[in-house]
Amino acid sequence: MTRERLAWWIAAALALAVLPLVPGLDSSFSRSLLTQMGIAAVFALSYNLLLGQTGLLSFGHAVYFGLGGYAAIHFLRAINGGLPIPVPFVPLAGAAAGLAFGIVLGAVTTRRAGTIFALISLGIGEMVHAATLMLPGFFGGEEGVTASRTRAPHWLGLDFGSQLQVYYVIAFWLLAAAAAMYAFMRTPVGRMCNAVRDNPERAEFIGYNPQRVRFVVFSVSAMFAGLAGGLHAINYEIVAAEAVSAERSGVVLLMAYIGGVHHFIGAILGAIAITWLQVSLSDYTTAWLLYLGLFFMAIVLYVQGGLAGIVTLHAPFVRARSAGRLLRAYALAFVPVAAEVFGAIALIEMAYRRSTAPESGTHMRLFWIAMDTSTPWPWLIAAATWAAGYVAWRRVRPRIAAEWEAVNG
Amino acid sequence: MELVTFSLLNGAVYGLLLFMLSSGLTLIFSLMGVLNFAHASLFMLGAYFSWQLSRWVGFAPALVLAPLLCGLIGAAIERYGLRAVHARGHVAEILFTFGLSYVIAELVIMGWGRNPIENRVPAMIDFAAFHLFGTSYPFYKVLMTAISVGMFAFLYGAFKRTRLGLVIQAALTHPQMVGALGHDVPRLFVLVFAIGSALAGLAGVIGGFALLTEPNMAANLGPIVFVVVVVGGLGSIPGAFYASMLIGIVQTFAVALDYSMLDLLGAFGVTLTRADRLYEVAAIKIAQAAPIIPYVLLVVMLVVRPRGLLGTRDT
Repeated sequence: MTRERLAWWIAAALALAVLPLVPGLDSSFSRSLLTQMGIAAVFALSYNLLLGQTGLLSFGHAVYFGLGGYAAIHFLRAINGGLPIPVPFVPLAGAAAGLAFGIVLGAVTTRRAGTIFALISLGIGEMVHAATLMLPGFFGGEEGVTASRTRAPHWLGLDFGSQLQVYYVIAFWLLAAAAAMYAFMRTPVGRMCNAVRDNPERAEFIGYNPQRVRFVVFSVSAMFAGLAGGLHAINYEIVAAEAVSAERSGVVLLMAYIGGVHHFIGAILGAIAITWLQVSLSDYTTAWLLYLGLFFMAIVLYVQGGLAGIVTLHAPFVRARSAGRLLRAYALAFVPVAAEVFGAIALIEMAYRRSTAPESGTHMRLFWIAMDTSTPWPWLIAAATWAAGYVAWRRVRPRIAAEWEAVNG
Repeated sequence: MELVTFSLLNGAVYGLLLFMLSSGLTLIFSLMGVLNFAHASLFMLGAYFSWQLSRWVGFAPALVLAPLLCGLIGAAIERYGLRAVHARGHVAEILFTFGLSYVIAELVIMGWGRNPIENRVPAMIDFAAFHLFGTSYPFYKVLMTAISVGMFAFLYGAFKRTRLGLVIQAALTHPQMVGALGHDVPRLFVLVFAIGSALAGLAGVIGGFALLTEPNMAANLGPIVFVVVVVGGLGSIPGAFYASMLIGIVQTFAVALDYSMLDLLGAFGVTLTRADRLYEVAAIKIAQAAPIIPYVLLVVMLVVRPRGLLGTRDT
């Protein structure tokens, strides 16, 4: 490891250590949010071992997260029953279960890559989800299984009652898991994952069995997904059928892709962004899934590298001190894009209010503006704002593109 | 006997519905290599459109207009969405349609609310077609069968007998060659996507009353259609037919069977009590296990015969 990389890891560890103590983030709500982000980051990193590193698009990764979570919660129940093991080791049970199921199910699913793998992972996901509902004895049905993290042996004077202590457990595992996955990608097997992603025939030609490589990385990824499930079990003290659901598999895909699959840091960025959206945006609007879907489609259509891609695309200009020119060009686009977004949000919010909450009447406030959705005016104004923004955007786009070319040239 | 006959009839109707979806999906997959995650969403849109149009212009015009509308939407999706990501490979295409399925589900909520709509069988087709074992069989199910069979006969004829059908068939296997001969292959893509979407829409119109019309219906049915496509053999339309019928009939029978492993073991003189380790697994009724059957079939198929029933390539 080069000195620069080591410095990055130490900086990350320090940041994780001081983050919940920073003023503004030291409330119990923010600490809980940070904890959720940490869990999501482990899960998204494990997902990116498949999608980003090996090119395997899975629609059923929550299976390993959820089964790991169930194993961990049952382990925690055993601890509640008197097993003398401290709480921070509970996620290891999740990782073990994730690895075991990854080996069993991976043997079937990783025979093929590409589209077929995607389909099969979806089918396995649905199967496991249906099975958890069919076996309420172990999985607790819709209500799930609960346990207590405080009724356990204290360890180093910690009782894990406060959110802060839980945060540090999860931060530790996040750092350990991230470092382990980063190191895994630098082993020969990890390098072969990239080779199998880019050119399976050539990988086979030089003597590696692509199926074997996929199987190994799949099992490792399932193990880390199970670890994330174990962290989930500690944080929430409950695991329910929702943990293995197709929705959760979909969300981790959104996290990894929106964050950017070509960079290690991407999955973490995506986990932070999507968790924040889930928690805060859902307070303001019931349409947040629509916004998330549209955002995702915009990333697929226009920004291949995701959030991490945006950063790495602009890093050279910051270094070359030409970022100022680019920023001025972007500022030009700000007003049209803002008008488009504002108009679209107004239309969506009004339509949602009309169809999902008709009992709350036709009067609503949006961006501190009072409006009556029974009259056509708010609709017309919103549509006109959107259209004007769109037309203006079409006009400024060539200028921004020209500026981009000039900076690059 | 009564149970067997009715389960067979209902299973066949459900199977035909699945085939309407899986044939469109297979067609799109064979031609473009795109696994369309939004396919079931277009099915859902078909159901909602037919309900809305029925209120405005009556059921008979809606039966034609709703699938046409779905076809138009499908064409727009291909032309303005998929074409842009096509160059970036299949993963980007799948992800695009995956995002689209989220967005369509939310747009449906935006348009018609979160609760199921009362998508009843229209009065004009709501009567008994015939009586069997003293139970009446509804006419709308006969109509569903007639429409699906008629549609397939029409499409089959169009594919085998018209010039355009021949060009599409050629493009399924040799797209570059067809392009080199001067045919507009991207336009064929739009056309096939529109046909597949219209088929999904039609399935939505006639399947809407049989299933609950709600914003989750795409998410509930979509995975089963994918299973059908894999079990039948990816890219094989006859395979999709057999798999649709198989899954349709097996699932319909399973729902009707109120037996569990316990009963089977009981027949051999073995009894399990609640204290036994396997009691919970053995006590599951076949009817309870019905939702899992297609997926178990998928896994078994992958282990035993990875290429599917009639697939030509290993899946």
